Amino acid sequence: MTASHLTSSPVYGLMAEFETPTDLVHAAKGAFEAGYRKMDTYTPYPLEEAAEAIGAHHNRVPLICLIGAILGMCGGYSLEYWVSVVNYPINVGGKPFHAWPAFIPVTFECAILGASLATVFGMLALNGLPQPYHPVFNSPNFVRASRDRFFLCIESQDPKFRLDDTRRFLQDFHPSEITEVPY
Amino acid sequence: MAKKNDTNLNLIPASAIKPASLDLDGVRRKLADAKGPKYWRTLEELSNEEAFGEMLEREFPRQASEWLDPVSRRGFLKLAGASLALAGLAGCTKQPLEEILPYVRQPEELIPGKPLFYATAMPFSGYGIPLLVESHEYRPTKIEGNPDHEGSLRATDLFSQASILDLYDPDRSTIPTHMGEGTSWGAFVGEIRSTVLAQKAKQGAGLRFLTGAVSSPTLGSQMHAVLQQFPQAKWHRYEPVHRDNMRQGSKAAFGNYYDPVYNFAAADVVVSLDGDFLSGAWFPGFIRYARDWASRRKQPDKQPMNRLYVAESSSTTTGMKADHRVAVRPSEIEKIARALAAKVGAGGSGEQLTPEQQKFVDVAAKDLGEHRGKSVVVPGLYQPAAVHALAHAMNSALGNIGQTVSFIDPVEIDPVEHTQSIRELADDLKSGKVDVLVVMGANPAYDAPVDLEFESLLKQFSEQSGRVLIQLSCYRDETTEYAHWHMPETHYLESWSDVRSYDGTATIIQPLILPLYGGHSMHELLTVFGGQPASSGYDLVRAYWQTQHTGADFEQWWRRSVHDGYIANSAFPVRQVSARTGAIPSSASAPGGGIEVSFRPDPCIYDGRFNNNAWLQETPKPLTRNTWDNVAMISPAHAERLKFDQLKDQNDHQSDAQNIIEIEFQGRKVQAPYWAQPGHPDNAVTLFLGYGRRKTGRVGSGYGYDAYSVRPSNAQYTGVDSKISRLDKQWHVAVTQGHFNLAEPSNKDFSIDQREPVKAATLEEYRKDPHFAAKDKVTQENEAPGPDETLYPDYRGSNWYKQYAWGMAIDLNSCIGCQTCAVACQAENNIAVVGKEQVQRGREMQWLRIDTYYQGDAANPQAHFQPVPCMQCENAPCEPVCPVGATVHSTEGLNDMVYNRCVGTRYCSNNCPYKVRRFNFLLFSDYDTPSLKLGRNPDVTVRSRGVMEKCTYCVQRINAARINSEKRGNGPEDRIRDGEILTACQQACPTDAIIFGDINDPNSQVSKLKSDPRNYAMLADVNTRPRTTYIGAVRNPNPELESGEKA
Amino acid sequence: MSFYDNPDALPPKGVRPPIIGPGQDLGTVTDRIGGVVLTRHTPVFWIIIFAIAAMLAGMLQTAIGYLLFKGVGIWGINIPVGWGFAIINFVWWIGIGHAGTLISAILLLFKQSWRTSINRFAEAMTIFAVMQAGLFPLIHTGRPWLAAYWLFPYPSSMGVWPQFRSPLIWDVFAVSTYFTVSFLFWGIGLIPDFATLRDSAKSLVVRRIYGMLAMGWRGSARHWNRYETAYMLLAGLATPLVLSVHSVVSLDFAVSVIPGWHTTFFPPYFVAGAIYSGFSMVLILAIPFRYLYGMQDFITLRHLQNCAKVMLATGLIVAYSYGMEVFFAWYSANKYEWGMMWNRMAGPYGHYYWMLILCNIVLPQSLWFNRVRSTPWLLFLVSLVVNTGMWLERYVIVVVSLQRDYVPSSWGMYWFTKWDVMTFVGTMGFFTLLFFLFIRFMPAISIFEIRSLLPQSKVKE
Repeated sequence: MTASHLTSSPVYGLMAEFETPTDLVHAAKGAFEAGYRKMDTYTPYPLEEAAEAIGAHHNRVPLICLIGAILGMCGGYSLEYWVSVVNYPINVGGKPFHAWPAFIPVTFECAILGASLATVFGMLALNGLPQPYHPVFNSPNFVRASRDRFFLCIESQDPKFRLDDTRRFLQDFHPSEITEVPY
Repeated sequence: MAKKNDTNLNLIPASAIKPASLDLDGVRRKLADAKGPKYWRTLEELSNEEAFGEMLEREFPRQASEWLDPVSRRGFLKLAGASLALAGLAGCTKQPLEEILPYVRQPEELIPGKPLFYATAMPFSGYGIPLLVESHEYRPTKIEGNPDHEGSLRATDLFSQASILDLYDPDRSTIPTHMGEGTSWGAFVGEIRSTVLAQKAKQGAGLRFLTGAVSSPTLGSQMHAVLQQFPQAKWHRYEPVHRDNMRQGSKAAFGNYYDPVYNFAAADVVVSLDGDFLSGAWFPGFIRYARDWASRRKQPDKQPMNRLYVAESSSTTTGMKADHRVAVRPSEIEKIARALAAKVGAGGSGEQLTPEQQKFVDVAAKDLGEHRGKSVVVPGLYQPAAVHALAHAMNSALGNIGQTVSFIDPVEIDPVEHTQSIRELADDLKSGKVDVLVVMGANPAYDAPVDLEFESLLKQFSEQSGRVLIQLSCYRDETTEYAHWHMPETHYLESWSDVRSYDGTATIIQPLILPLYGGHSMHELLTVFGGQPASSGYDLVRAYWQTQHTGADFEQWWRRSVHDGYIANSAFPVRQVSARTGAIPSSASAPGGGIEVSFRPDPCIYDGRFNNNAWLQETPKPLTRNTWDNVAMISPAHAERLKFDQLKDQNDHQSDAQNIIEIEFQGRKVQAPYWAQPGHPDNAVTLFLGYGRRKTGRVGSGYGYDAYSVRPSNAQYTGVDSKISRLDKQWHVAVTQGHFNLAEPSNKDFSIDQREPVKAATLEEYRKDPHFAAKDKVTQENEAPGPDETLYPDYRGSNWYKQYAWGMAIDLNSCIGCQTCAVACQAENNIAVVGKEQVQRGREMQWLRIDTYYQGDAANPQAHFQPVPCMQCENAPCEPVCPVGATVHSTEGLNDMVYNRCVGTRYCSNNCPYKVRRFNFLLFSDYDTPSLKLGRNPDVTVRSRGVMEKCTYCVQRINAARINSEKRGNGPEDRIRDGEILTACQQACPTDAIIFGDINDPNSQVSKLKSDPRNYAMLADVNTRPRTTYIGAVRNPNPELESGEKA
Repeated sequence: MSFYDNPDALPPKGVRPPIIGPGQDLGTVTDRIGGVVLTRHTPVFWIIIFAIAAMLAGMLQTAIGYLLFKGVGIWGINIPVGWGFAIINFVWWIGIGHAGTLISAILLLFKQSWRTSINRFAEAMTIFAVMQAGLFPLIHTGRPWLAAYWLFPYPSSMGVWPQFRSPLIWDVFAVSTYFTVSFLFWGIGLIPDFATLRDSAKSLVVRRIYGMLAMGWRGSARHWNRYETAYMLLAGLATPLVLSVHSVVSLDFAVSVIPGWHTTFFPPYFVAGAIYSGFSMVLILAIPFRYLYGMQDFITLRHLQNCAKVMLATGLIVAYSYGMEVFFAWYSANKYEWGMMWNRMAGPYGHYYWMLILCNIVLPQSLWFNRVRSTPWLLFLVSLVVNTGMWLERYVIVVVSLQRDYVPSSWGMYWFTKWDVMTFVGTMGFFTLLFFLFIRFMPAISIFEIRSLLPQSKVKE
């Protein structure tokens, strides 16, 4: 909050509401071409086109997943090896201490576990969730973003953002409504 | 060869019945009928609370009581009450004040944690069984045989093994009672004096003593002293399993009473006429005889193998081990004896015999004739005097007397014929001649011949005024009901006495503990009448022997005798006798029509005296493998005739709902579960004594049927003209070994002959192919995979087992299935008892089981007994599957069980191909009874609920030996020596069938055995590499008979 | 609505029923599915079934309580049959779980859009089934307080560790991983729908609760983008996982030396069986659900038919496996294997074997007929039959193989007790209990995914 007060503009951004996904994507593309960068779209279901339109179609989740998998795998196997060969080797049924085929299942499960945990929590972290407060919820009709409306929000942080210019710019895409999003 | 195998190695599992008439379709139909209903019926039972509630009430309180909490709670309270009294006593129990002498190989003074061994003996129906008793901190914990005693050679029998549990039995009689009210020994001695004086006045005309068979010299002399003071008093004796036939027989043959003493080691040919000398301790000298007999079968190629012919009237382990066996009705044994006698030229007469019997007789006679002086004919206790006389005649005609059998004066003091003796007592009671009856160590109200109606006599007697019945016994039993005075008797481990073993050798019985319940011995009771100053058993016994061994060195002699466990050269001298071979009068019981009945002691609880012994109750009876009940044996064919559906009754493990038959004999009836026993003679039934107790401890009450209720004085062992009728009632018998019908399911691969858990061959086959045991029967290839046929590392090569490698070899030829090892194991390893209901569910805990497989035709099969402990596999399948590493391999090749690591997944047991693991499904161990705690082996953990357990090769003994060897030093000469470790089963085995040792040492006994060509591993093809291996059995059939038999 | 109303009318030949009924738009979808959760009044049938389920769950509690007090002796197990109901039920429940993951993960990877309307509750089914399954390994020792911590590797003062060569340890890791991953998968799938509920809830309390669960989700494009990637990755991870889990379970048996267990082809055989039973369980749940809540527009005949087809396919694999078992036994020429097979067919438990053949192979062949595939109540019956059969299959494998193995002297019988039955039925109750809580308080159908199926949700150029 305080941080946002220090900023020049009193608003978080301008929120344009659209009826259909097509209009939204159209507007988003336009805004992107117009040089707007700090903006986001809000849709009731994943809309790949929208993400591409605002240039957000790359993320680092897969990398995190891979790291998790490798950690899990190495952790699992080395635990088994250390336990059954180094720390407390026991002769069970005449099998070798380092019975690697028997160690595979646990190693595999550990890899999967590591990867999954990394993926989920990595994704949440990158998304900054859980997030108790966010200004976009201040816009009156925003509840429908999780229902049947499509929103485009150009944020005041964007260098090209001028309250009236931007409002005029958005008007050209015939949104059903444009609202200022206060902090 | 393979073909021949098929015919004579057709092994079938215990009690499997192959009805000759049954065609496979019939079987399938029966099967179809049987399965559904059987299955569901059992299901209902399982979910039926009341039914199991009743069962439970009769059971050992702390076990198997998960159904009705109230019951177990009540049981617990009873228990607590019973044990309250001795809780104090137990605390202050200490070594007796009299000096008793520890065994020589042990330190003289006690070292905590180190057991002491004391030599003593157990009196058993008139004979002494020489023992060595292990004592931990003055508490006897384990019974072993006295290795220095000719009658034991360190072996025991199952009764003596289990007798330690009787000592600590919380149900024992704890306080003297007068008219049911608690009193004291002092009060008794005081109040009885007047009675005694009164008797003295009339010369003891009204004084009667009743005891079992007695061979205690001290007691004998005491009795004589008493009878001198009371000239008219009488001393009656009655053992339910008495030796009247033997006595009459020897009188008929020699004109006098003599006891036979056999020397089976010298016998090439043994012919037994119902003589079950391999079956149990009731045959005097059993332990030694079994050892001698087996000594002639261990190395078929090295020394000539003996050959055993058995004609028997029931199914016994002796008969099943025979090379040739003929099963006939009791009365026909005599016919066979006469025919045989005729053939060997010892009187007798030609008899009408069946071709089979005739051939048997001819061949046996021929064989006997060829082995004059090196053969022996053994008559059975159950056969009438005539058979004994004939046997004696044959032995003397064959010149065996002095060679393989000799005769000594009776070991029993003043031998009498017990049936006659008790009859006289009954008559005196009837005619009111008796004022004072002293019953010592006998229970006539329960086991006296039924026609004497002894119980009602005692009832009248006890009700008449002025009459006194004094009872001295360990338990409050049926007789106690009528006793004015009941005195707790001491256990033999609590009191001084002496006893003679089968050859007359005397042993001084030294106690190992003060009487737990303040009981008194017969000796002490007799002092009340003897007029001697009341003195302790110690003084009495010592005083008697002072009269025997006069001389300055008495003290030294006494110490030596007590210490050694026998009195040097006190064996009776051999009498030069010759049997008269004249015509021997035929016995009374002429072969009659109808069904013949024979009465036998129960193989596990004998005449009923061990009825409250949970170990013996749960020990599977040889052959039938049933526990907690006695059954009525009939022949399979007979069962067919009675229309019993054997497939239904006898094809699943554990709970057999057996049909009940009613046996009518001399107008009396008894109901018993039938048992179709392979090899049992047709038209005959065998009833086992000792069950159906009306009053005994918690363990023994309520099981089985009372065979005494139809056992008249004129047919104590065998009788004719009985009737059997089928009842449509069921009796649930708890069986530990499944007996699956061969025809089910109808598929050759399913029949056991393909599996061959036991391997056997005849002598010729063995000579042809000494390695028969190691080969697969069909392919004739070695079953065991080569050492390199494995992906596993070579633990042997990588000297993982460099120090010791323990192994065991079990000789199937020697094992006679006597169950002693199983009880020894139970005693050594604190194995819990689970109770009948749990056994029915297949939850018995014995670590060592003895599998029984029949061979040949079910009408007259032979059996192989296979003791199965843990195999201690080198590639143990149980180990890799344990998730917590609770069962792992030691560097000595033991498959260790870590009790407190075990979580109880039971995966190891599932994956054990031998199924030798046992699981504590409930809290089976008794943690509450103080007295039972005293008896436990302190070196072995008591396992709690949810823990897997199994044979450990007696690891506690291994460790004790290792400590000793390390004290000696750690040079090669200080290693544990061969034979230094004896596992409990090995030590107890009468026939030395079990050998344990270090297989790293090529000269150890076990290594030698394992290099024997007959050595084979069970399920070798599973590649578990067991450390326990078996020595294939070799039979020695007479070629002449073999061919005929197989026809 | 009855089963015979339009939504389930037999479609004309060649026409496949739609994935979503006609006339639904973004709003109606939200209301219809969200309404089930947000409505104030709880349906009567819900209360009744919930009450029954709760009673059974109570019975389960009693059975477990007595077990912990007395020990596993209250069950029918013995030597030689050391494993009974506990392990049978464990395998059965775990198998049922597999369908959920399969639908949500594998079908997602294969872009089977029809999965979307059933994956949510299929996943829930997975989680609840795995919870039931997980119960049994815990209690089957009778001393869970030990099993609970000795099975997991932790540094103890004794320096003792789990024994990693044991399949049971593999089980511990496989099942716990499986549960965790399924839970995550299900959980992140719910986030956007929680957001929807948050925004459409009337009462403040409800809004707050779902608001917390939604973690501030606002449908941002960047979020959606990462979200979709993560979802895909999880699907990719869950696919090999689900195959591995039942393979590991099958190794519990395959690793042993017991005839009837010791078989190399158990893993595929078990996985097929798992999916088989899983899909039948999906139908057992879906058919009453769509009927009771009138969800025929979202769970259409198309879904039922597809499930039926999967069942048919996996059923045939299972049938093939049975055939192979017999063939191996004969071809191995091993007396123990062959004896085992004969005992299965003609031994004391032969009727179990033939029952299982009937339930798993013979009757399901009816699924070849379009009529059966398109008649919900018939499908429902077939599914019940199949799940019975699958339970019997596990009974035959576990009990009958142990009952008569190598040494004839130690052959035995197995009779289950009332406690066995109470525990088994109890878990069914517990399962139903959880499932009904789920459909009452969470969207049983994934709303946002349904939205993306609608025609009007597509971007037109």
